[in-house]
Parts: sequence; structure tokens; C-alpha cells
Amino acid sequence: MLALAATPALAKSSGTILLQERCATCHDLKGPAAVTLSALRMRKGPDLFYAGNKYRAGWLVRWLEKPTRIRPAGMFYLDHIKPGPKRDVIDTTTLTPHLALNAGDAVSAAEALMGLKANGKLLGTKPFIPGPSPMGEMTFDKFYGCTACHEIEPEFGGLSGPEVYTAGRRLTPEFMLSFIRDPQAWNPKGLMPNKHVPEANIPKLVNFLIELAKKDWK
Amino acid sequence: MRGLGIVFIAMAILAGPRAAAETAKNNYNAYCVQCHGLRGNGMGLNTDEMSVQPRDHSDAKSMSGRSDKELFKVIKEGGLAISKSVLMPAWKDVLSDDEINDLVGFLRDVCKCTHGN
Ligand code: HEC
Ligand code: HEC
Ligand code: HEC
Repeated sequence: MLALAATPALAKSSGTILLQERCATCHDLKGPAAVTLSALRMRKGPDLFYAGNKYRAGWLVRWLEKPTRIRPAGMFYLDHIKPGPKRDVIDTTTLTPHLALNAGDAVSAAEALMGLKANGKLLGTKPFIPGPSPMGEMTFDKFYGCTACHEIEPEFGGLSGPEVYTAGRRLTPEFMLSFIRDPQAWNPKGLMPNKHVPEANIPKLVNFLIELAKKDWK
Repeated sequence: MRGLGIVFIAMAILAGPRAAAETAKNNYNAYCVQCHGLRGNGMGLNTDEMSVQPRDHSDAKSMSGRSDKELFKVIKEGGLAISKSVLMPAWKDVLSDDEINDLVGFLRDVCKCTHGN
């Protein structure tokens, strides 16, 4: 028995230990998601307990080494805004950069994150079919008003949600499909309302985001 | 039996939607301020490029033109439900009917107005 417990397969990987020690203070690694607004407001970073079903592995490694801001107004916009002369503006003095990992740690952290596979059932079984997205921007912006909360290019779009011009690089298409279909299934009290996009139009939005992310942003 | 009845009532209170309900102010701050603004005047963080301005909730004139029923409907089902902009989202998947009712009351405080007044 003792010998068994010491085999590498059963021991915690260095990535898992790193997540526990350096990430768990801000990120939920176990779930479930917050079911009340007050519980959600205690979160210091996005939930990572379904990371393996959300992110592209290659992006994770690159971002953990060189993190850039994804949510222009931070985790909760309300904590990072102030009234401006015309409209509310971001108070940049309240935003702090994300910690960066060295190359080796980034690889092991990403590996451990990719092993966190909660909510797999929400992804469905139909394969995603990539394709062109004529009218994609019109659908995203005009038909469903998604630009109200998301930037579709730097300095263009709403600031309370994550920038989406990089979403196609960061996120799997299956996650995007599922999240747009039912944001509350992933985050019951989250700040993105369900826009009830008809099933046939959801892949158009995702293909638009994938195409958008191919542009040479910053 | 009586003891059981009390247990049931206690459970109903704990499990009822009220137990999980947030105050209207907290809900407004979390979900509405991004567009309607810290001052409730329609000049929120997200409004720079918006083609339709979010309603100024402090404007008694326009807010008194709506009944409580209409306000409830637009918050629950979104702008399209009352032939207004798609930019005003539906909140039925995030907020309970009780919470939406409380928000209607909260908006009446912000505009210092009632329907027709
Ligand atoms: C002090 C709190 C804090 C710590 C510690 C922290 N994070 Fe974060 N993390 C955040 C915040 C806040 C964001 C959102 C950043 C943004 O949107 O710009 C974030 C974003 C992320 C994201 C992108 C999430 C998304 O969906 O946009 C990943 C991945 C991530 N963190 C991984 C880690 C890992 C791995 C560690 C430990 C090595 C870690 N974080 C430690 C606060 C923290
Ligand atoms: C009222 C603001 C709001 C609107 C409108 C909105 N979103 Fe979001 N969206 C958010 C927020 C906030 C998040 C982060 C969600 C979370 O963590 O629960 C998000 C997350 C996302 C994500 C995942 C991005 C990431 O990096 O995690 C995608 C994709 C997305 N939204 C697409 C859309 C689409 C498509 C529409 C229109 C049909 C839309 N959004 C409308 C606020 C909004
Ligand atoms: C993504 C931005 C956005 C968010 C978030 C948002 N609103 Fe709105 N809201 C709008 C816009 C834009 C209008 C104006 C619609 C029009 O005039 O066509 C509006 C209009 C309204 C109106 C007036 C409708 C009428 O014509 O009488 C009410 C009431 C309202 N919103 C309440 C709320 C409440 C309560 C919340 C939070 C639970 C909220 N809104 C969140 C954008 C938003």
C-alpha cells in the first residue's frame, strides 16, 4: 500500500500543487459556481474549475507567461469605475496586473488546469463546424446587442465584459457555443444575460469570433 | 404532527425564493449600472458607442409615463418585449420575479415618481 501511494500516478503533480499554492486564493478550482450574487461578489478571479473545458491549452501557457488584461474594467466593473465628466469611466489606478509564471511553471499550471473538466455535459455532443461568417458582425452587434458589453476591437465596444476580439484564441468553440446558449448554466448569477439567440444563429456568432481573433491585434 | 408542521414551515422559509433574494440596490449595482450608470442617469460605463441611450432612471418625466407592470415586463423580458431596443437585455434568467418587483420599487425611488405622476 505504501509503495502504491508513492507512485507518481497517485501523487499530486507539481502543477496541481502550484495551483493550490498560488492560484486558489483568487480562483475557484473545485466548484460549484456561486448561486447567489453575494457569493459571486466574493470571487477574486474567474472560476477555473472547468478550465479544461473552456480554454485552448496553447493559449493558457502563453498567457500565464505573459498575461494581458482581458476584462477592461477588472473582475467586477463596479469595483473599478468612477463617475466621469460625461459617463462612468474606468478608474485604472484600482487595476493590478495578473501574476506571471516562468516558462516551466506555465506549462505545468496549464497542464493541471486542462485536467479540470467539470461541466462537460453542457458542451453537447454535436461537433462544431468552422466556417465563414457573413453578417457575423451585424449579428453580434446589431441583432443581439452583444457589443453593448464586449469590445470587438480595441477601444470599440462595451467595457463590463471580457474583450471578445481575442476570445477565439483563448476559448474552445464548444465552450463559446455553450456559454452563448446559456450563460447561467455556467455561472447562475453571472453578469451576462441570456440573449436567447436562436440555435441556428449561435454558430454564426462563434465563427465570427474565431475569424475576428485571426486579425493582428496588438 | 405539529412538530413536523413547524419543521415544514421553517424549511419553506429557508428554501423559498425570498431566502436567496438580493436587495434591489445590490442587483441594480451588479446588473444595471454597467449601462444605466452609477447615477442611474443612463450614462453607464458601456454607453460610449451605443446606438440607443439607456433610459435615464432619474428622469421623472419619462419614468412616470410607464406603469409598474410595464417596468416589470421590460426588466423581465427585455427591450424587444415592449418594442424597444434589443440593447436592453431580459433579466428573467438571472433575477426572480420577486427581485424584479423590488427593482421596480427601487426605480420609483430613483425617479421620485409614480405612474402618471
Ligand atoms: C490576486 C488574485 C489572483 C491570483 C493569485 C491569480 N489570479 Fe488568475 N485571475 C485573476 C483575475 C482578477 C483575473 C481576470 C483578469 C482579466 O480579466 O484581465 C484572472 C484571470 C486568469 C485567467 C484567465 C481567465 C479568463 O477566463 O479570462 C487564468 C487562466 C488565470 N487567471 C490563471 C491563474 C493561475 C494559473 C494562477 C496561479 C498561478 C492565478 N491565475 C492566480 C486573479 C488572480
Ligand atoms: C450585459 C452585458 C453583456 C451582454 C449584453 C453580453 N455579454 Fe457576453 N459576457 C458578459 C460578461 C460579464 C461575461 C463574463 C461572464 C462570466 O464570467 O460569467 C461574458 C462572457 C462572454 C463570453 C465568454 C468570454 C470569456 O472570455 O469568458 C462570450 C463568448 C460572450 N460573452 C459572448 C456574448 C455574445 C455572443 C453576446 C450577445 C448574444 C453577449 N456576450 C452579450 C457580458 C455581456
Ligand atoms: C447592456 C445595457 C443595459 C443593461 C445592462 C440594462 N439596460 Fe435597461 N436599458 C438599456 C437601453 C439601451 C434602454 C433604452 C431602450 C430604448 O429606449 O429603446 C434601456 C431601458 C430601460 C428601461 C426603460 C424602458 C422603457 O422604455 O420604459 C428600464 C426600466 C430599464 N432599462 C431597466 C433596467 C434594469 C432594472 C436593469 C438591470 C436589471 C437594466 N435596465 C440593465 C440598456 C441596458
